[in-house]
Amino acid sequence: MATTIKPGESYGFFTDTSICIGCKACEVACKEWNQLQGNEPKFLADSYDNTGQLDAQNWRHVKFIDDVPAQSTAAGNGTAFLMMSDVCKHCKHASCMEVCPTGAIIRTEFDTVFIQQDVCNGCRNCVAACPYSVIAINQSTGTAHKCTLCYDRLQGGLEPACAKACPTQSIQFGPLADLQKAADVRLAALHTQGISQAQLYGRDDKVYGGLNAFFLLMDKPETYGLPNAENAGLPSRNDLGGYIGALVTAVLGVIAGIVAFRRRGAP
Amino acid sequence: MIYLAAEHFVRAPQWTWYILGYFFFAGLTGGSYALATLLRLVGEPRDEAAARLGFYTSFVTLLICPVLLTTDLGASWWKFWHMLVDVTPGDQGLIFKYWSPMSVGVWALLIFGLFSAVSALESLALDRRDRGTVGDPGRPMGGVLGRAFNAVGAILALFIASYTGVLLSVSNQPVWSDTWLLGGLFLASGLSGSAALMALLSRYRPAAAFSLGRLHQADGYFSILELVLLVAFFLTIAAAGTAGRTVPFLPLWLLALVGIGSSLVEARGEMRIRPSGGSAAVARAGVDTLVVSVLVLLGVLALRAAVIFSAQQ
Repeated sequence: MATTIKPGESYGFFTDTSICIGCKACEVACKEWNQLQGNEPKFLADSYDNTGQLDAQNWRHVKFIDDVPAQSTAAGNGTAFLMMSDVCKHCKHASCMEVCPTGAIIRTEFDTVFIQQDVCNGCRNCVAACPYSVIAINQSTGTAHKCTLCYDRLQGGLEPACAKACPTQSIQFGPLADLQKAADVRLAALHTQGISQAQLYGRDDKVYGGLNAFFLLMDKPETYGLPNAENAGLPSRNDLGGYIGALVTAVLGVIAGIVAFRRRGAP
Repeated sequence: MIYLAAEHFVRAPQWTWYILGYFFFAGLTGGSYALATLLRLVGEPRDEAAARLGFYTSFVTLLICPVLLTTDLGASWWKFWHMLVDVTPGDQGLIFKYWSPMSVGVWALLIFGLFSAVSALESLALDRRDRGTVGDPGRPMGGVLGRAFNAVGAILALFIASYTGVLLSVSNQPVWSDTWLLGGLFLASGLSGSAALMALLSRYRPAAAFSLGRLHQADGYFSILELVLLVAFFLTIAAAGTAGRTVPFLPLWLLALVGIGSSLVEARGEMRIRPSGGSAAVARAGVDTLVVSVLVLLGVLALRAAVIFSAQQ
């Protein structure tokens, strides 16, 4: 889709997994544009996926999720691999951004989440926080890396490389509001066709306040390795409880110390 | 706990040996300072020797902390100061995020470093005066102001000994984020380890032997606290469904329990010397204290290792 990209507007991806064919053009385009060398090739012996995971060298990863039943089914009725081109979700309430102690992780003028490489010092707090296992450390630079939603391309008025390369339009880029409308239409169409398991993930604000990179899934989120709304918590949910636990222990510890060290008069 | 997430799809941050070392020494520097302050503020005048020993211990163990933290950054070690100063173009300035324990902890460590250094220097000056090597330096840190200085330092010290556990909980990692108890657990363990370390080091400072029994007693109380928190910790992660991740590290958990048990045995008084004990008693207690202190310190290390590695498999 031709899109005029303007700073100040929210952009994102709508990834429709129902039409992903697992070609990995997105992975290749991402590596090529972002000059990612990739990891040493490895045979993972697990479906057609030898990328394995999102990491510092893989900012797009096509997941092949084995949904093949143990028993054969009648022709045309079987299920097969669920395929999903995974990527940074650019969460509205981003766990990585919340815990980053350096201010390296920012929200850009396109409402995307971006790691400033010259500011990041590799503390890995964002890695511990990201609920999607997106961020990883590049050992040679000592900094955290992830999808930038092609920040440099957006600044030049170009859509991200992965969306440009996707041959089936499984990955769609555009203003978030437009993508949400398109997703609603697509979901309604699938439901009309009797595909009741189809659902949108991250379209609304139930997961991290909404995702700028949201998905149409063909099964429940957990099947794709995505936390459901019930389990999508920000790290800061534990701030208060953690500090209260420490404070109560500190008070008890001081009382214990006073009891042990108190003056007892002459022996 | 009430809400805890049972499903985790996160990547381990690879916080391993340097961070383990930091957590260990952070517990000891904070714990030693807090115990030294308590000895000085509520103890007998003869506890002053042990209090100064605590301030020395706190400062020396503190010096190791920034080295470990900086080394852990790897290739970006030279950007360690970005924890304090935001260098984002157009948005430069000091950075402090109260909701990020790592950010709060770095500032607390920096400020606590000042308190620890001043208290160690004061102890050095007082020791030199007592040995007659210098004239009376007076008590620049004496009186109400000095006590207030120690008290504020002790509050920071307790924070340093505990925030590392909160930092782990404020994540989305299995085990760590499934409990609120890591801050308290690390604090109790750090206090116990500090009492054991001070008892151990009192072998080299005869005047501090007066406080040995008190340190063992305190260690016992801290160990009871630690044991209760450890049980509660396992209950919370069991409720979240992630307790199974601790099983591969059973030897470490057992070592932590041995440390706790050693403290409790020592605190029961079976091997404890009395404040008025003679040299023979001190010598006997010295061997016992050595063994128990080493076991307690190993337990402190093992506990942190078990917690750190249970989440990162």
